[in-house]
Amino acid sequence: MSKIHVTTNINGDAVEYLCEPQETLLDVLRNQLNMTGAKEGCGSGDCGACSVTLDGRLVCSCLVLAAEAEGKQVSTIEGMADGEELHPLQKKILEHAALQCGVCIPGILVAAKALLEKHPDPTETEVRYWLAGNLCRCTGYDKIIAAVMDAAAEMRGA
Amino acid sequence: MALDTDKREFKIVGTRPLRPDGIDKVTGRALYGADTTAPGMLVGRVLRSPHAHARIVSIDASAAEALQGVKAVITAADFTTANNSHSQAVLDNCMARGKAMYHGHGVAAVAAVSEAIAKQALKLIKVDYEILPHVTEIEDALKPDAPVLYPDKPAKRVPEGTPANVSHVTHFGHGDLEAGFAKADKIIERTFRTEATHQGYIEPHACLASVSPDGKGDLWCCTQGHYNVRALCADFMGMDASQLRVTASEIGGGFGGKTTVFIEPIALALSRKANKPVKLVMSREEVFKASGPTMSSVTDVKIGMTKDGRITAGYANLRYQCGAFPSGTIELGAMSAFAAYDLDAVKTDGLNVMTNRPREAAYRAPGAPTAVYPVESVVDELCQELGLDPLDVRLKNAARKGTKASYGPTFDDIGLVATLEAAKAHPHYSAPLGPNQARGVSCGFWFNFGGNTSVSLAVNVDGTVTLTEGNPDIGGSRASIGMMAAEELGIPFDKVRTLVADTASLGFNDVTDGSRVTFAVGLATIKAARDAIQKMCARVAKIWDIDPEAVVWEDGCVKPAGDNAGQYEPMSLAEIAAISVKTGGPIAGHHEVNADGAGVSFGVHLADVEVDPETGHTSVVRYTVFQDAGKAVHPAYVEGQMQGGAVQGIGWALNEEYIYGADGRLQNAGFLDYRIPVASDLPPIDTVILEIPNPGHPYGVRGVGETPIVPPLAALNNAVSRAIGVRMSALPMSPPRILKAIKG
Amino acid sequence: MRYVAAETVEQAVALLAGETGDARVLAGGTDLLVQIRMDLIEPDLLVDIKRIDGMFDITPENGGYRIGAAVSGAMLGEHAGVCALWPGVVEGFELIGSTQVQGRATMAGNLCNASPAGDAVPALVAANATVRIAGPDGTRDCAVADIPVAPGKTSLGKGEFITSVYLPARSDSAADAYLRFIPRTEMDIAVASAAVSLEMEGDICRAARVVLGAVGPTILIADQAAKTLVGTTMDDAALDALATACSDLASPIDDKRGTVEFRKDVVGVLAKRAAKIAQTRAGGKS
Repeated sequence: MSKIHVTTNINGDAVEYLCEPQETLLDVLRNQLNMTGAKEGCGSGDCGACSVTLDGRLVCSCLVLAAEAEGKQVSTIEGMADGEELHPLQKKILEHAALQCGVCIPGILVAAKALLEKHPDPTETEVRYWLAGNLCRCTGYDKIIAAVMDAAAEMRGA
Repeated sequence: MALDTDKREFKIVGTRPLRPDGIDKVTGRALYGADTTAPGMLVGRVLRSPHAHARIVSIDASAAEALQGVKAVITAADFTTANNSHSQAVLDNCMARGKAMYHGHGVAAVAAVSEAIAKQALKLIKVDYEILPHVTEIEDALKPDAPVLYPDKPAKRVPEGTPANVSHVTHFGHGDLEAGFAKADKIIERTFRTEATHQGYIEPHACLASVSPDGKGDLWCCTQGHYNVRALCADFMGMDASQLRVTASEIGGGFGGKTTVFIEPIALALSRKANKPVKLVMSREEVFKASGPTMSSVTDVKIGMTKDGRITAGYANLRYQCGAFPSGTIELGAMSAFAAYDLDAVKTDGLNVMTNRPREAAYRAPGAPTAVYPVESVVDELCQELGLDPLDVRLKNAARKGTKASYGPTFDDIGLVATLEAAKAHPHYSAPLGPNQARGVSCGFWFNFGGNTSVSLAVNVDGTVTLTEGNPDIGGSRASIGMMAAEELGIPFDKVRTLVADTASLGFNDVTDGSRVTFAVGLATIKAARDAIQKMCARVAKIWDIDPEAVVWEDGCVKPAGDNAGQYEPMSLAEIAAISVKTGGPIAGHHEVNADGAGVSFGVHLADVEVDPETGHTSVVRYTVFQDAGKAVHPAYVEGQMQGGAVQGIGWALNEEYIYGADGRLQNAGFLDYRIPVASDLPPIDTVILEIPNPGHPYGVRGVGETPIVPPLAALNNAVSRAIGVRMSALPMSPPRILKAIKG
Repeated sequence: MRYVAAETVEQAVALLAGETGDARVLAGGTDLLVQIRMDLIEPDLLVDIKRIDGMFDITPENGGYRIGAAVSGAMLGEHAGVCALWPGVVEGFELIGSTQVQGRATMAGNLCNASPAGDAVPALVAANATVRIAGPDGTRDCAVADIPVAPGKTSLGKGEFITSVYLPARSDSAADAYLRFIPRTEMDIAVASAAVSLEMEGDICRAARVVLGAVGPTILIADQAAKTLVGTTMDDAALDALATACSDLASPIDDKRGTVEFRKDVVGVLAKRAAKIAQTRAGGKS
């Protein structure tokens, strides 16, 4: 089995890796690049815990082959804060106590950021449908939705 | 124990500080079960039974062992016999011993240098199965001709003549039922069914084990209780507990499902055999097939009521199946069923029957939701039939201080009446409803646990405090525990760092379960802080050269007790700490306790639904949770528990279920067809926290985590039944079931 | 397993045709990679077609649109022209999976997965859409309806793959709609579904095409049911007749997602509701 050489960009940094054909982007992020913020909750695209963006599109990294990242821009939770400065969504999740166990939160943050980049002023219903692919079992979503709405308002004001 | 609440004005308890582990969790750097590695680590995988019930005639692993890159293959033979029957069931559930008891039961496991090789090795293991007849449903398992799971091991402590698969029989109650029913103006009897559900935590079970040939081991895993993991695994491995250190990772949800072990002993055995670290992570499919589902249930309920809404008698006969091993969860169900009511005549009979399904693991208020659902549904039906307000009827019959509970004890201060009154007064209860909409009400109850707890609190020389506790933080407990320490010590919350210690660092701690942590660990923390305070008082008395009785602790300082003690400037914790190493050594507080006095918890839920009459689809359009928290230490996390529990209950009521085929195989082992609620399914979940102090806790705290999953089942059932004009009696109320009921 | 990102259609065809083992086309991967992961299939070769020119293009053609095989739901949903012309096709496609899945999933992939419950397919068939297929013998066009032949099976030959989907032109007084039933609000596979495409003349329905999903081994083209609408004002009687005809035509199975009885009932309800939406849309345009 020969490995595939991939040159890509993750969170603004050039990255190269060798991967097996069947390895997913999630596998490589977690097992080779030590970026374990994206989680594998299901491996079938049903939970959203592995959310990343690929050339700006929100995807499940468990449903992308590592080889497909060639020449792409990948963004993960690890790239969300700007140095010491948390992204408004990160701040609002904390302020609203919107995380309990927190394992879904990296995926939710990546997904919510993609939403606000596309729709800076979403309705609550739009937020709920956009995040329908991000399962959370702890919170009942209530505080997560409130945090995203609050972050959206703050970002529009900024 | 003195209750401080009445005289105390809290400075920190009751506020909403940011959680100390928050930034790690929003930046992706928090380490969960699958997020760590070790040098030279192997990958473990488990071979699982394709059959629901089969004798394992032989296992030939020679081809797998011969595959390049395979470092160890294990079976049940690689473990010792456990030291009691309960632990043996836990072990046998991890790895089948002689018989595969359910579809997905572990049969063998491998450790290899890569996942691909491990997967290939599993295919090379030849298992010769003799397929046996299986049974997965309660009523089938109780039949005289049912396949018997353990023909050679008849259950002890069940009456003669009990069906062979029954493992537990239980009875609770008091009073004269016959006389009670004779007084009723209306009696309703109905049979209710619930399907098994799964805790549905988003993080699959994961661990990293390292055992060396000298019998020393380390285990990293996502668990609700690493001390329990250590006890079980040391037993199964024949290791000394002191030689096995277990570290709890951050935990990605548990809800009771991570209170036991599934893969941890397997990883340890593989590591010992390979003499290398082994990482073992369940796939989502394995999580559904081989970890923690709940019971399914069939319950007959009979309740009598007078025209003016007094319940004259209540009876419930509960049958639970909790999978292929004995389970006592039925007792918790039988105890919970009528807990909300003050009744002269009440009885519950219960039994647990074993089936070819995975072993039940605790799920949030284990046993209670499926027991309270039938009772609260029949109470609602009686209200509907007699034209009575469902909250008035509950208030009329509510358990209160002094009520002899249906399961025996007499209640102390409880919050049920206050909670019902709050629901009645809330605008939700009087809000108008639209077409095809209806409102459902239900009470809920949980016992709450205390239990074994060990806490250590170090006063650092810079005036900060390090609090070491032994219960994984599953929903913000580092925050609430740290807040109680800061409150007691009179220092800012951010001067306390709360750490969850490994098993080598503290005395035994019970599992994070039963809503025990904020209560019991909080109590131990307050006591540990008081221990440190006492030491600081003694230290200052020594410095001032006065009697230790002549100093007091006030507002975070040691002060002279009065004018007679002499004139001294008060010394703060920081001042005492700064000179501690020169005045007699470091200062630390400890507390070890088996806490009781947890204080039961009640809640009331209001649910508005809209049912599409043409498709049977139910939308929850408004939802409010009312619950007594005793004292809400961090109200935002109390609300979070109330919201999250409610939504798990909504899932149980509407769409979640284990679906078995005629072949005994689980058909929906994934999040696609095991349908937990998604964000767009739900309205905001409103919350109202009541605070009726628990006399058993210094600050009045009660556990809050379990109760909120109990009411939604009946609240939704009552709302849907009223919306469609037909009483429903089976969960989940999936659209096909509702449409069928509508169409008659 | 090998992975090759083809640069041209010819290279992809040659790779697919030349593979002696199991070769699969990788576009969005949202079904394929799940099947590999679940050990349902063990392909020897994956041919990624996303680097081939034109695979992400949406091009006006004869009043309709040609849509590259790798265009995702998210991309199609952002295309105002297609959304205006075939809103039912777009809404069906956009119902597949989560926002994340929408970032990758393709109509051609949904079609080639050949599930009777694929949400992109009924509206494409109702639209009389065609696909362009490249293969060892060159290029051919084929009706979408003729691609799936049985659950999991397509009519594509060895070495063939879909390069684009074509949505034809239609009059201003025509519109379509798609509805599915799922137990939750998102993230489920359709339990029953219906696509309706209408051509109106004033208040009168002049032509109708009705296609049902998840109520048979493949999607069902409900031509007899569609006739109940033609020539009517789509009053309650006509819509009830449509619902009854659809329920009668449906031949579903009992499974973990629904019962025969439920699916037959609900597919009629969906057809009726979709027809009303399409009617409103057509009226809104004229």
